[in-house]
Amino acid sequence: MRQTLLVTINTASKHQYSQQGGETACSGWSLLSSPVEYAQEAVKKGSTAVGIRGKDIVVLGVEKKSVAKLQEERTVRKICALDEHVCMAFAGLTADARIVINRARVECQSHRLTVEDPVTVEYITRYIATLKQRYTQSNGRRPFGISALIVGFDYDGTPRLYQTDPSGTYHAWKANAIGRSAKTVREFLEKNYTDEAIAGDNEAIKLAIKALLEVVQSGGKNIELAVIRRNQPLKILESKEIETLVAEIEKEKEEEAEKKKQKKST
Amino acid sequence: MALFDVSGFKDYSELRRQIHPGGKTHLVDRTNHYNFGAKTQEFAVPLGVDPSGFIKSCSRDGGVCIELNHGTTTLAFKFRHGVIVAVDSRASAGRYLASNDVNKVIEINPYLLGTMSGSAADCQYWERLLAKECRLYRLRNNHRISVAAASKLLSNMMLGYRGMGLSMGSMICGWDKEGPGLYYVDDNGTRLSGRMFSTGCGNSYAYGVVDSGYREDMTVEEAYELGRRGIAHATHRDAYSGGVVNMYHMQEDGWIKVCKEDVSELIHRYRKGMF
Repeated sequence: MRQTLLVTINTASKHQYSQQGGETACSGWSLLSSPVEYAQEAVKKGSTAVGIRGKDIVVLGVEKKSVAKLQEERTVRKICALDEHVCMAFAGLTADARIVINRARVECQSHRLTVEDPVTVEYITRYIATLKQRYTQSNGRRPFGISALIVGFDYDGTPRLYQTDPSGTYHAWKANAIGRSAKTVREFLEKNYTDEAIAGDNEAIKLAIKALLEVVQSGGKNIELAVIRRNQPLKILESKEIETLVAEIEKEKEEEAEKKKQKKST
Repeated sequence: MALFDVSGFKDYSELRRQIHPGGKTHLVDRTNHYNFGAKTQEFAVPLGVDPSGFIKSCSRDGGVCIELNHGTTTLAFKFRHGVIVAVDSRASAGRYLASNDVNKVIEINPYLLGTMSGSAADCQYWERLLAKECRLYRLRNNHRISVAAASKLLSNMMLGYRGMGLSMGSMICGWDKEGPGLYYVDDNGTRLSGRMFSTGCGNSYAYGVVDSGYREDMTVEEAYELGRRGIAHATHRDAYSGGVVNMYHMQEDGWIKVCKEDVSELIHRYRKGMF
């Protein structure tokens, strides 16, 4: 009797995660041992997001899915502000993310009300992680199927980047990626995240774009980028600005290739 | 969910509703510590009991009259070199003197002090609870709680029991990243930030003395003397204040205990200059 019950629970979990999110196909799932693993699988099927911590700027970039012809482009938002100085991007089930973001926004204001100070990035990350953990250990609820990248500045001006995953753990990072091609992007970042690569604001933004261009299908059109500079609110870059930066990156690549050719020939 | 309905499993809240059919209980499970202990209450109020109604009936003329006096004098003021906190040490129960040697300052942590006036039990309990919350905050967040947040926690605790007969007038003093902080919190939920406060039934005498002698650019010694005088003169005229003056000085790197002097000796000293 017990054995069959377990199987029922597992297939039910699998069903819960694959029903949502439209983009995922049922056939990719195998029988896993816990609902948290199903949630992590759901995250791996979400679109890529990358976060970079610079010196005076923090950058979030996400892969924008190409929208259907009749769909309004602006309603699909994967980067959300939690407070004036903190924002997050997620990978995974969009509906789950909506709940988490809402709770985090309320907690940011509640903290301002009780403590009379804005939240630190670590505090709100810990809150989100605790929220996620509670759902992995309670009756009749399934874990949130999202990983989040949370960026911002603390009140003392330090930039921060944190990543949470469905099990409720969180870590601080200098740069990280989540979602579909996270591994590729992370390898790229490990090679290219140097002190000179993040020396200035523009350099950090270009690094984020370069990282996404590795995995995104058709270039600048499918990238959404947001930055927070110290003491300034969240700014979502317009597609024109992204196009300009992509063009600069292409030019730099060509110049690099030219230099290498010249070196070889001489 | 299908499994839920089939198994006949009952949610905890549903079970509780079966035991308490009317209204909700005030005592809630403390699952979320991020509300800083403000949303959940320490004591469940039993069903059918109305503390605020009972308290109102106690002050009726002709009815039973229970006087809840704040028998004390405490004072605190900010000046250039920090915050001075001075309190008396008398505890009275009506006309009976319970003790002349009570410590009315609670040392929450090396950077936070709380004074007590009003009902001794209420002050001690709630300020020790505040000390517990401050310690937990420090452990969870890796930095000390600010004076504003600590005073807000205390005032939220008081607001939860507003009208139910708590009696507490307290000053939360400290030094945090905003500089020296001084807040007055009382049992109505009042929370005021200010430069100078005095609480208790001897406060009018203390205000008179400190107001006339206060200057923002006082030296440290002058400030100590002002604090001593304020309490000494208040205890001289107010029957419910007396004992010793306990004085603390809140500096940038923490508080120090300045003195513990008997008020009768102080009055003798001042008298030599008086007559």
